[in-house]
Amino acid sequence: MPADPVPPVPALCFDGVSKRFGAIEANRGVSFSVAAGTIHGIVGENGAGKSTLMGIAYGLHQPDEGAVRIFGAPIRSARDAIARGVGMVHQHFKLIESFSVLENIVLGAEGGLMLQRSLARARAALAPLAAANGLDLDAIVGALPVGLRQRVEILKALYRRAEILILDEPTAVLTPAEADTLFADLRRLAAQGKTVLLITHKLREIMAATDRVTVMRQGQVVADLATAATNEAALAELMVGRKLMPEPALSRKQPGSAVLAAEGLVWRDAAGVARLDHVDLVLREGEIVGVAGVAGNGQSELLAALAGLIPAEGRLLWRGETVPDRHRAALLRRLGLAHIPEDRERDGLVPGFEAWENAILGRQRDPANSRHGFLRGAAIRRETRRRMAAFDVRPAEPRLTSHAFSGGNQQKLIAARELGETPPALLVGHPTRGIDIGAIERIHQRLRALREAGTAILLVSAELDEILALADRILVMVGGRIVGALARTEASERRIGLMMAGLGEAA
Amino acid sequence: MRQTLPPLLEFVVLPAANLAAALGITAILFLAIGVAPGTALGTMIEGAFGSSEGVGYTLYYATSFIFAGLAVAIPFQAGLFNIGGEGQAMVGGIPIALVCLALPGWPWWAVLPLAVAAGMLGGMAWAFVPAILQVRRGSHIVITTIMMNFIASALLTWLLADILKAPGDPSPESVPFADSLALPVWDGTPLNVSFLLALGVAGLAWLLLNHTVWGYELRATGRSAEAARYAAIPAGTVAILAVCLGGACAGLVGINEMMGVLHRLVDNFTAGIGFVGIAVALMGRNHPLGIVLASLLFGALYQGGAELSFDHPRVTRDVVVAIDGLVILFCGALEHVLRRPLAALWAA
Repeated sequence: MPADPVPPVPALCFDGVSKRFGAIEANRGVSFSVAAGTIHGIVGENGAGKSTLMGIAYGLHQPDEGAVRIFGAPIRSARDAIARGVGMVHQHFKLIESFSVLENIVLGAEGGLMLQRSLARARAALAPLAAANGLDLDAIVGALPVGLRQRVEILKALYRRAEILILDEPTAVLTPAEADTLFADLRRLAAQGKTVLLITHKLREIMAATDRVTVMRQGQVVADLATAATNEAALAELMVGRKLMPEPALSRKQPGSAVLAAEGLVWRDAAGVARLDHVDLVLREGEIVGVAGVAGNGQSELLAALAGLIPAEGRLLWRGETVPDRHRAALLRRLGLAHIPEDRERDGLVPGFEAWENAILGRQRDPANSRHGFLRGAAIRRETRRRMAAFDVRPAEPRLTSHAFSGGNQQKLIAARELGETPPALLVGHPTRGIDIGAIERIHQRLRALREAGTAILLVSAELDEILALADRILVMVGGRIVGALARTEASERRIGLMMAGLGEAA
Repeated sequence: MRQTLPPLLEFVVLPAANLAAALGITAILFLAIGVAPGTALGTMIEGAFGSSEGVGYTLYYATSFIFAGLAVAIPFQAGLFNIGGEGQAMVGGIPIALVCLALPGWPWWAVLPLAVAAGMLGGMAWAFVPAILQVRRGSHIVITTIMMNFIASALLTWLLADILKAPGDPSPESVPFADSLALPVWDGTPLNVSFLLALGVAGLAWLLLNHTVWGYELRATGRSAEAARYAAIPAGTVAILAVCLGGACAGLVGINEMMGVLHRLVDNFTAGIGFVGIAVALMGRNHPLGIVLASLLFGALYQGGAELSFDHPRVTRDVVVAIDGLVILFCGALEHVLRRPLAALWAA
């Protein structure tokens, strides 16, 4: 009798992995395996335990129970993991911008004191790979576009003999076209026998790039499927654990009069580079203007300039009247400008303040919150408790300090502060970054409701889906300039993507 | 990462544990010089609290420490470390002396408000220089306030040596103030009405920091410059006001020391009180109530230490300074050393 064919050893195998941090159970009995030479997706909401699991695979955390095996061998430390061929491609590239591609790849793996020799050796080893990837080994990394920098990161891992590549949200900084190129690269690597783990929350990418997908929810694996056997809607419901509401139709109302407008905004950073380059825009009552663009093309500066937080040249107009330069931010606040900052952990809350104190940040001088210079503590706490309940902040206890709230609840607290009333104008930076699908739904609903109520909204988002779902008009930023403006009806992912890549209407 | 502890541990157990550690090392020091630690501790407690005279001295020392502690704590709440309490107290003392010298026949209660205003303005003016340098030029306030201490000391010496010196008196002192200006004291001790002033100022500081918009903006700036910027809080103005208010508190040290005890302007009348204020603020967690409690402790240490060196010839003034230093070391510089074990104990 012929022997049963021995099943091939999986590249990566999680066997009943559990991990707790204090009271939080980050992973609970996680078991699945990844076959060598495949692209395996991992999806889940924020806090579903994806990052912890990858940390365990990379040997950064030790599981409390269970084990991780790489090609059958258990790992106990990051050193083990690297030695067995795990390579991590970080979301934020860890590259030295003033070094060449070659120097960056060799950095940390020089293999000897004499740099010239190791560089020469690396050049010989890398030349074919680099040529195949369209990379010039002598190019300075700082001069490369983001998509190519990511390839440098991948080459870096491959040079260290990585057999298993872990990519954590790799497309966050890429244009759609660059993302497609990345997936083609990953396909080729898989065909060569490498194994790829792709962590993302974009279901479209899972469908486009992976062979299998593992869905995680609350630290557990809820599904482990062949990608071909599922679809985006099914995956979304698995992630959230319930049915999602369909996106409502777009507003039919005509936008009203201009609330906030900018004329010729220019702002240069410390190095003299124009981060905002003659930006004009108008926000009208009852409309959402979406700003699309690859991260770092002036969107952050646009938000800061419109909020009066950076001293940009040019004019800001509020309902047709020029906003003076002095105390711009405070004045705009007083006029009723609401602002959900893009970096909410850094800007949105004061660490160590109690919830009621954070609930008036930026509005501490409103008559509702203070009178004759004294804070109206009892009134503020009452209002805070009401808003915390309305925005489902848990626990809804105004006297707790900000540390007592999870990241998602801190975000909800900021939303409760900025969206609680109907402001005349609202600036929103990446409103759904880092929060789960359920909360995203609520925030989108709230933004739509504000639009119906007449708020003029500027929405900056790295998610084209989000912009397409919400915006009435779409502006595309490249290099600090607005390179294109599209009505929602004429916008498509492809058109916006081409504009983001700087190709304008060409193709 | 710094662990947060429940309030009982944070504000009672942790400071008590730090103090106990300091006293433990002190006990070893006593054994080394041949004094029974138990007896010595008894003498200190007896000296600080055992008689109305002892209590009077303890509270008199505490008065100046409250002013000096607030001088550190208010800027600290705004994220700025004011090391210049000593200099601000010295310079605040100059206008106090000038007011007292200019109004010889007046009763003390009529001069006191003027002298308070003068002292606050003097301290504020001295604090304004490093504050504006920090905001406009980015000169680090720790460095500039330290240097301003030296300048203040030189200024006071020069004034007393060349301008305000009492004729015929060899020491660098001004002529005495009129007797009518002496603040009423308690039971023959140096404790005087400025203790009530100190409690009042601490109460006002608490009200200001915790219940006004201005205090809110100050604390927000101190805890997160980024969040304060987002909230359109004018960081520069907040910084200048916080440091100047600290200086104003430091400027009041002269009320206690000169109108209460010395009755003249004396060179180096602050005698390091401004620096004790740093330890007081650290131990009091930069909270006005904590500062009052920490000031009482340091007042007791000063008075008890003086009594101890009086009773035990082996305990020299230097040993007392060493005890103060140990308390400052454990409650100030090493205040977080016991945090982790305490947190572990609590969790267990």
